[in-house]
Amino acid sequence: MKRSIPLAIVMVGGILFMIQYFIPHQHSQTLFDYYTQWAPIVGAFALVLGVGSLYRLHSHKIKRKAKNWQYSYAVLVPLFLIPIFALIMPESLGGGIMQNMGGDRVTQGVFDFAYLNVQVPIQATMFSLLAFYIASAAFRAFRAKSALASILLIAAVIVMLGQVPIGELIGKWFPKIGLWILRYPNLGAKRAIALGVGFGMLATQLKIIFGVERNWLGGAGK
Amino acid sequence: MLRKVPALLLALLLATGLAWAQAEEPPPTEPADTGEAAETAEEAVVMEEVAEIELSALSAAVGDGMISPGGIVVSDWPNDAGDALLISFEPGSEIGNDNFAGYAIYRRTQGEEELVLVGTMETDEGTSFIDGYDPDFIVEPGVQYEYQVAAVYLSGSEVASDLVTAQVTAEGQLFHTGKVRVLVGCVLFLGLILFYFHAAQRGVEMYLRPIAGIEAIDEAIGRATEMGKPILYVPGLGAISDVATIASITILGRVAKKVAEYGTPLLVPNRDPIVYTIVEETVKQAYMEAGRPDAFDKDSVFFLTQSQFAFVAGVNGIMMREKPATNFYLGLFWAESLILAETGSLSGAIQIAGTDAVTQLPFFITTCDYTLIGEELYAASAYLGREPKQLGSIKGQDACKGIIMAVITLGLLLALTDIITGTETLDWLKNVITMPIVD
Repeated sequence: MKRSIPLAIVMVGGILFMIQYFIPHQHSQTLFDYYTQWAPIVGAFALVLGVGSLYRLHSHKIKRKAKNWQYSYAVLVPLFLIPIFALIMPESLGGGIMQNMGGDRVTQGVFDFAYLNVQVPIQATMFSLLAFYIASAAFRAFRAKSALASILLIAAVIVMLGQVPIGELIGKWFPKIGLWILRYPNLGAKRAIALGVGFGMLATQLKIIFGVERNWLGGAGK
Repeated sequence: MLRKVPALLLALLLATGLAWAQAEEPPPTEPADTGEAAETAEEAVVMEEVAEIELSALSAAVGDGMISPGGIVVSDWPNDAGDALLISFEPGSEIGNDNFAGYAIYRRTQGEEELVLVGTMETDEGTSFIDGYDPDFIVEPGVQYEYQVAAVYLSGSEVASDLVTAQVTAEGQLFHTGKVRVLVGCVLFLGLILFYFHAAQRGVEMYLRPIAGIEAIDEAIGRATEMGKPILYVPGLGAISDVATIASITILGRVAKKVAEYGTPLLVPNRDPIVYTIVEETVKQAYMEAGRPDAFDKDSVFFLTQSQFAFVAGVNGIMMREKPATNFYLGLFWAESLILAETGSLSGAIQIAGTDAVTQLPFFITTCDYTLIGEELYAASAYLGREPKQLGSIKGQDACKGIIMAVITLGLLLALTDIITGTETLDWLKNVITMPIVD
């Protein structure tokens, strides 16, 4: 029962929505709209399980005095404190969004303060690390150790220089060759991968619908 | 000979690129000194035209003898949910009138008094209007509407047609005729995959080419076991509705079983709470299958955060603190892929990645020891399990790709034929295969 009911739901639902794609009728659209409205609601309930896991993991660390256990307080304290602030000071739920349309940004409450002054800068820092990692990854990728790596290096140099003004100064054909590489060999390869991915998805979805693939059921799938 | 292939390819690539670059004509440029003068002259002409229009608009009066638009025909817009109607009409005497500004379409539900302006049309937008596209004025299926079309002049005056009861009401269709080719393609490809499912079940031998990344999974687990260090498995940042996540969970099941057999620690951080619950159950089941349910550590599978870069920071922290010997990144990844893989590389771990996100593949290829490219991620579970139906699905995909390759080859041949003979057979093929954009 634990296995057959979810499998039946997936089979019926999968076939139903496959057919629904071809039916533009209002009843078909209503069914689809209901589904798209329900899916995030179910997801929101699952968040409770996630928070439970986070709490369990860090409380275990504190209890066992595991290595660096003090940092677990840095997770648990804001985890409970921020919702409390949000409850006792509902005006702080703005989430850092502009409070006055067309006016200056008005920061309200602890929630906004933490969001704008802690979370946003930290996330921006993580994202900006990407630039340095791209440089180091490019350095590793563009070492001409073999003929194929040399082709990659030459193609990359042409494309990169073609994107900046100096490329045009070297030669008017430079950006055009860069564009040609992007438009034809590069796009062709991307499309080939996309086609493979498309068929892979189709086959995987069929396997799920017909119950061949059951790992998504977790432990009940066996 | 084979060694010269890359060099030949490079030469061919550069030669073709150079030829293509030379073939493109540079855009015409105007001399710098005359450009400014021309711009000023153009502006003056436009200003003059605007002044003329305003003047004539003020002085224009709509005469009594003017003929209004007429012949309103309302038809049901095809392939929709019964939420659009097509209004076509015959123009009146406004055509050719310099003061004519456009049309206004009015509507009311039969039995109501007030007419509502549901849309306007510019002079160059023809004489057909689709009612129902504006979310403020929705068309409801089965409701009887009445329409009026008015020609609007620059002075603001309107010459309206008679009120016409719509000949039809909006109705939803049971089949989208614009999706016939999609349906044919689906039936063909689904049929092929199902055929190979059954062929595999009948015991037909199927060869699968070896994929280095999948074969390295056992080796990577063995390495971690020998080093006594944990294995880090990141099932991507996607939701459970992403097929890549499901493929990743399938592979995780196999990895966890091996890990349980060897007694190697496993760490599985999760970004999505639903994925987390399924992953936890999958790992627990794998430990049970391996006959070591007691070895399953509940804290080995955990939820980190839903925030993309906070998740990356958390996983990177785990890598630098725990120093896992093996990192698996299998699933759906976005901009964080390189940050994860570079940190893993710095920590000295052997790394196996796999994703269907085309834009992230170059990062993984550069940084990881093995990368499963696109469909290889989906094929991995079949490779690891070797179950007949799973193998059949891979053969089915190959057959589908074979059809696509045949069509591309045919297109190439037809294009060459067209160049040589001056015919247009490629257009015919395009019309047969390509699909119009449908909503």
